[in-house]
Amino acid sequence: MDVTDREIKTKNAECKPTENKGSSVQIKVLFFARARDLTGLAELPLELTSGSTTQDCLNKLVARFPSLEEILGSMVLALNEEYTNESVIVQDKDELALIPPISGG
Amino acid sequence: MAEEERTQVEILEENNLIDMTKYINYVSAPQAGGIATFAGTTRDTFEGKSVVELRYEAYVPMAIRCMKSMCSSARSSWNLHSIAVAHRLGSVPVGETSVFIAVSSVHRADALDACKFLIDELKATVPIWKKEVYANGEVWKENSEFAERRLELGKDGIAAEEKSR
Repeated sequence: MDVTDREIKTKNAECKPTENKGSSVQIKVLFFARARDLTGLAELPLELTSGSTTQDCLNKLVARFPSLEEILGSMVLALNEEYTNESVIVQDKDELALIPPISGG
Repeated sequence: MAEEERTQVEILEENNLIDMTKYINYVSAPQAGGIATFAGTTRDTFEGKSVVELRYEAYVPMAIRCMKSMCSSARSSWNLHSIAVAHRLGSVPVGETSVFIAVSSVHRADALDACKFLIDELKATVPIWKKEVYANGEVWKENSEFAERRLELGKDGIAAEEKSR
């Protein structure tokens, strides 16, 4: 997916999104339950600057899908199948899942 | 893992019924004097509304990890012989079983307490979701157990704790 003008303006000067592979990471984002309803997607590849955190991923997702605001306060994140928080740095090929309130059992 | 530790966790794809006997047989052992079980079934009403069915989905690989992890937790708190946990996906009509837990132990107190812990823990941590379907609408349910646990789930301490097991 293309990087939008808004995203380029908010990044630091040294960011060159697609020119230098070493300075960007590619992750896969998974949407479940209500998150999937809101985005219309089950999964999405996401490219970010190297050193980006899970919070950066979330910001980028909310910018693209503002309706995700509905669950921001009640969901949690999982990175590579483990619960995580918003300050963790994502690596290339990581899998980030948006976990809306669960209801098993 | 010690030979005596038997733990089985399963996520059953759509249209597979839970065979409770299979899991009870799995946890049965000559040395285990007590078997405790829990079956969660679809109720016919919620807040006065008539429920047609529940529909379940899961982040399967992570759900299996979490289920294994909660079984490890149970073993560190109680002296258990075998554990079996199974959860269905897809539609579960009224009266049918969506989740089943069986635990065995030498003496009954361990199995009974661990069984309660496991269903409580499943509801608080395992990434499975259910949608309640009524005649005139549907809504994603939210476990209060998750809301209470939510802020702790992503903390560094929790992940580190799991890795040390």
